Amino acid sequence: MLASIYGAIVLGLLYALMALGVYITFRILDFPDLTVDGSFVTGGAICATMISNGYNPYLATLAGFAGGVIAGICTGLLHTKGKINGLLAGILMMIALYSINIRIMGSPNVSLLNIKTVVSPLLDEKIGVYIAVAGVAVLLIKALLDLFLHTDLGLALRATGDNARMIRSFGANTDRTKILGIGLSNGLVALSGALLAQHGGYTDVNMGVGMIVIGLASVIIGEAIFGMRRVWIATLAVVVGSIVYRIVYALALRVEWFDSSDLKLITAVLVIIALVIPQVRRAMKQKSVARKRTLELLGQSAGKGGRA
Amino acid sequence: MLELTKVSKLFNPGTPNEKIALMDANLKLNPGDFVTVIGSNGAGKSTLMNIISGVLKPDVGEVRIAGEAIHHHPEHARSRWIGRVFQDPMAGTAPRMTIEENLTMAYKRGQRRGFGWGATAKRRAIFREQLQRLGIGLENRMHAKVGLLSGGERQALSLLMSTFTKPQILLLDEHTAALDPARAELITRLTDEIVRDMKLTTLMVTHNMEQAIRLGNRLIMMDKGRIILDIPQEKKADLTVAQLLGEFERISGHQLSDDRIVLG
Ligand SMILES: Nc1ncnc2c1ncn2[C@@H]1O[C@H](COP(=O)(O)OP(=O)(O)OP(=O)(O)O)[C@@H](O)[C@H]1O
Ligand SMILES: [Mg+2]
Repeated sequence: MLASIYGAIVLGLLYALMALGVYITFRILDFPDLTVDGSFVTGGAICATMISNGYNPYLATLAGFAGGVIAGICTGLLHTKGKINGLLAGILMMIALYSINIRIMGSPNVSLLNIKTVVSPLLDEKIGVYIAVAGVAVLLIKALLDLFLHTDLGLALRATGDNARMIRSFGANTDRTKILGIGLSNGLVALSGALLAQHGGYTDVNMGVGMIVIGLASVIIGEAIFGMRRVWIATLAVVVGSIVYRIVYALALRVEWFDSSDLKLITAVLVIIALVIPQVRRAMKQKSVARKRTLELLGQSAGKGGRA
Repeated sequence: MLELTKVSKLFNPGTPNEKIALMDANLKLNPGDFVTVIGSNGAGKSTLMNIISGVLKPDVGEVRIAGEAIHHHPEHARSRWIGRVFQDPMAGTAPRMTIEENLTMAYKRGQRRGFGWGATAKRRAIFREQLQRLGIGLENRMHAKVGLLSGGERQALSLLMSTFTKPQILLLDEHTAALDPARAELITRLTDEIVRDMKLTTLMVTHNMEQAIRLGNRLIMMDKGRIILDIPQEKKADLTVAQLLGEFERISGHQLSDDRIVLG
């Protein structure tokens, strides 16, 4: 029981980088990017293929990250220069990457068993050490992202999702900031894929299926727990959201009448609920305010009528 | 400073919905000119502003700033010369970012944006001082999200953001139209102060006739895509609203129809 929770924490940390990527597109850029399902595998594919061909595992991981950045840039170019609807641009890239990923690996999957990787020394350590090292690494990346989002360029990126017209009027090329953001996002997603490939000891061309929804679920869970008041809180929330998601997932697997194949459905339902509740709440609040205000106005005019 | 030569713009050309938004417009602003613009609905005022700022490209004609032809530059590239305040108070600021962050982005108007830290202590000191000039207490709320501000406060902030870096051209398109009268008055006063203090070359569209006469040193009138009258300082000084409307009718042959018109 406890062991499976510790394992879930490790997974949560490794997947957190993917969730941070999703946070950049969905929340910061307000761009629903579906490239993720493909670029996650691209990261794993490049990394696993390079390692199994004897390259340095760190270099291979970095190359995985770069592969994701390139995939994201392609999606960004399709959307901004090609003027293709954002959802469609992501789906097109996702489909294209499926073939590309198999090309990279030369087969639908690559095994990394018994090969030295970035995480293999940690797999032999106590799980606590693994959690600590992964935690520090993820928080470091999160902190770098926080810093970036407060630079002049980072501010322009955030403003692109918040009010593109405004930041254009102050001279930012919003096509370029979008491409940058989508590239960075998919880089993080691919990095996550590269690390998970090394953690699991293999890359499979189908391991990215539904990744986007898992990323969204992590973002939404984090938001529900922490809120998103400031950038560094929001990114921390995403990391925690990812860990919580993995723990819930691990616990759900222990429930007898659940199949592990049901989990995608549960994730989807979770995201749907999280998306619908705030809207319903807003509508209800608006209605009650409107009703109160109408009664107030009615009362006023009745008062006036009485006096006249 | 700003020169438009023979600028024309059609919408939906060659279709039954063809619309002449701007026809053969010529305009020359000297440095420090503060020009108010009036005209009926659909006269082409916003189109004129959008062609200068690069939101729209002219079909024919040239736009020059300080002698340089800029009509091929994209919108974002023109921000180097041009500051803008929009009619919609929501349009000029980023709501989910703080006052300080919004000002930082405005501070970098038209410059390269890199990995330098945004809201440095030095910049924050400048922002605080600038916000004090507005006199509405925003200097004490620099970490507040702009989305929490009222329409008037947001518009005051937009005005500051588009002016404090001293653009060569300032474009104001009915920037007080969406505000209640008291707030509109505040923004008008601030506009007048800032434009005069900084000697900004300004083009201001307004639907308030009294304001159009009182503010600035020149007034232009537009109708059906044309600039039909250009009134210099001397004549503008003792013009009345009635005379202005009369003049419009005389030249255009119809009444000035503006659904947001305020006579003053
Ligand atoms: N994007 C567009 N597509 C088609 N027609 C347009 C478009 N924008 C403006 N027009 C038309 O061009 C003409 C000029 O519009 P413009 O917005 O410049 O007028 P305006 O003087 O700013 O009017 P208002 O006082 O209502 O703001 C109008 O007839 C308008 O309907
Ligand atoms: Mg207009």
